[in-house]
Amino acid sequence: MTAIEKAGAGMGISEEVMIEIKNMHKWYGEFHVLKNINLTIYKGERIVVCGPSGSGKSTMIRCINRLEEHQRGHIIVDGTELTDDLKHIDQIRREVGMVFQHFNLFPHLTVLENCCLALIWVRKMPRKEAEAISMGFLEKVKIPEQAKKYPGQLSGGQQQRVAIARSLCMNPNIMLFDEPTSALDPEMIKEVLDTMIELAESGMTMICVTHEMGFAKTVANRVIFMDGGEIIEENDPESFFENPQHDRTKLFLSQIM
Amino acid sequence: MKEFRDPHPDLPAPSTSVGLLGWLRGNLFSSVGNSLLTIFACYIIYLLIVPAFDWALLNADWVGETRNDCTSGGACWVFVGARFDQFMYGFYPESEYWRINLAFGLLAVLLILLNIKQIPKKGWLGAGTLVLYPIVAFYLFSGGVLGLDVVETSKWGGLSLTLVLSGVGIVASLPIGIMLALGRRSEMPIVRAVCVVFIEFWRGVPLITVLFMSSVMLPLFLPEGTTFDKLLRAMIGIVLFESAYMAEVVRGGLAAIPKGQFEAAKALGLKYWQSMSLIILPQALKLVIPGIVNTFIALFKDTTLVLIIGLFDLLTTVEAGFKDSNWLGYALEGYAFAALVYWVFCFSMSRYSQRLERKLQTGHAR
Repeated sequence: MTAIEKAGAGMGISEEVMIEIKNMHKWYGEFHVLKNINLTIYKGERIVVCGPSGSGKSTMIRCINRLEEHQRGHIIVDGTELTDDLKHIDQIRREVGMVFQHFNLFPHLTVLENCCLALIWVRKMPRKEAEAISMGFLEKVKIPEQAKKYPGQLSGGQQQRVAIARSLCMNPNIMLFDEPTSALDPEMIKEVLDTMIELAESGMTMICVTHEMGFAKTVANRVIFMDGGEIIEENDPESFFENPQHDRTKLFLSQIM
Repeated sequence: MKEFRDPHPDLPAPSTSVGLLGWLRGNLFSSVGNSLLTIFACYIIYLLIVPAFDWALLNADWVGETRNDCTSGGACWVFVGARFDQFMYGFYPESEYWRINLAFGLLAVLLILLNIKQIPKKGWLGAGTLVLYPIVAFYLFSGGVLGLDVVETSKWGGLSLTLVLSGVGIVASLPIGIMLALGRRSEMPIVRAVCVVFIEFWRGVPLITVLFMSSVMLPLFLPEGTTFDKLLRAMIGIVLFESAYMAEVVRGGLAAIPKGQFEAAKALGLKYWQSMSLIILPQALKLVIPGIVNTFIALFKDTTLVLIIGLFDLLTTVEAGFKDSNWLGYALEGYAFAALVYWVFCFSMSRYSQRLERKLQTGHAR
């Protein structure tokens, strides 16, 4: 069995709710970006969010760790509601890891320092211990030998794997991926996807905005299609790709497949 | 078929296309017009350099005590030699010169130690230099403790005053400028408004006005009998003025940091001050090292303006020297000496900043 096939095999999803989004709205000035989003995500789910550009999919997942503020409705992450309360925001950010399209590694720090930073300053861990944990995750993403280099010296795929390791160091319960492979050259996409597949196998709750439909088919247990700031359709991958219900979904799939 | 097993070895390139000759031909004499321009330029340089060289070095007088020793018609460096102590120390009592020497010697030693790679725990040494050194230097200069005689600030002068003013200005204006820049980009409206008003006010006023106000007008507003050291007032004026400039330089650096860096720091759970001091400022300050050093150099030279409130910095001391009836007529030597000293300091700052930029280069490009 290849890694991809293994990942597809049924993985435990518990009854425990990790993220609950209820009647959530967001505006950029006059522009209504997110309209009445309702979504419940259980522990261990691998969710792929897709849709045309400008459909609000990135904005939605960025609301989950408050990189964007929502104006109406509720977002509850692992029992904590996101409000203006800074304590809640800090608590949620500590539990939610995020991987960005453009990696956003800190270019003035080495790979190892990138990984250690939050452990030392947010988790208040001694440097030695933080370095040991970081090296562990760098080994998991298969680049321990790059630990002393600066991000600018690595390829795009390697940088993105470092970014994943950096998030994992904080031992998050939830991982958000915001188009993690969109800025990569084609030959580097696979190494990043393989890392994500391994992560999915470990039971991590993942929400992934991506255009990689192969990944969606094999790893996701649920696919969400967004357009115009709304969730148009959500279904298990097989039904979603074989039997889309909405015209907009059909149009989108016909364009990208 | 003929075989070419042993090719003829390459001949060396003709001597006219390599080395100095080749370079000259390629760059200076590539056409008739260029050749004429080169010859003309050389002639101009000859006209300027030779007399200057003659005046300053060949025909100059170097040793002596009074103007009567200057007989050769060139520069009279005897003047600079005779007044050298005053140029360096102003009116500081001669018996106490060692205190100034000790203060600057100590600083030099600390700076050298800070630049030696092998020394461990340099963070502590740096912090100690920043916090303790100014206190030590202040008491060495002004005295009043440990049996040191008190020396009024009005007696400070010359190069040591210039260095005190610019040193304080540099060390204080950078952190204040950083705070103002962060404040100006803050999301809190009141903080932002205060910073904008501060920066725009101080940037909009000439430094001369600031110094005048601090020495002439400020005492009018203070209660009768309050004395407030003139040097201290000038220092505060310079620091506030320069920190407004510094703020704008730093703000330029902050604006150049991609939004993703702020977001990644937030997503990792870093708090505002943590992400600023660990992620954003190290990158932003590195980007604007040229601008920061530019401001430092401008500040160093701006300290000459304190002459208008009666402080005797290096330039004023030199001017006072050649206005002395014993030395009338040696203004050129005085200005040349002052210019050389300023140039040495400014050029050193510039070189140091270039070294720093290279050292901090970590392959920024993404």
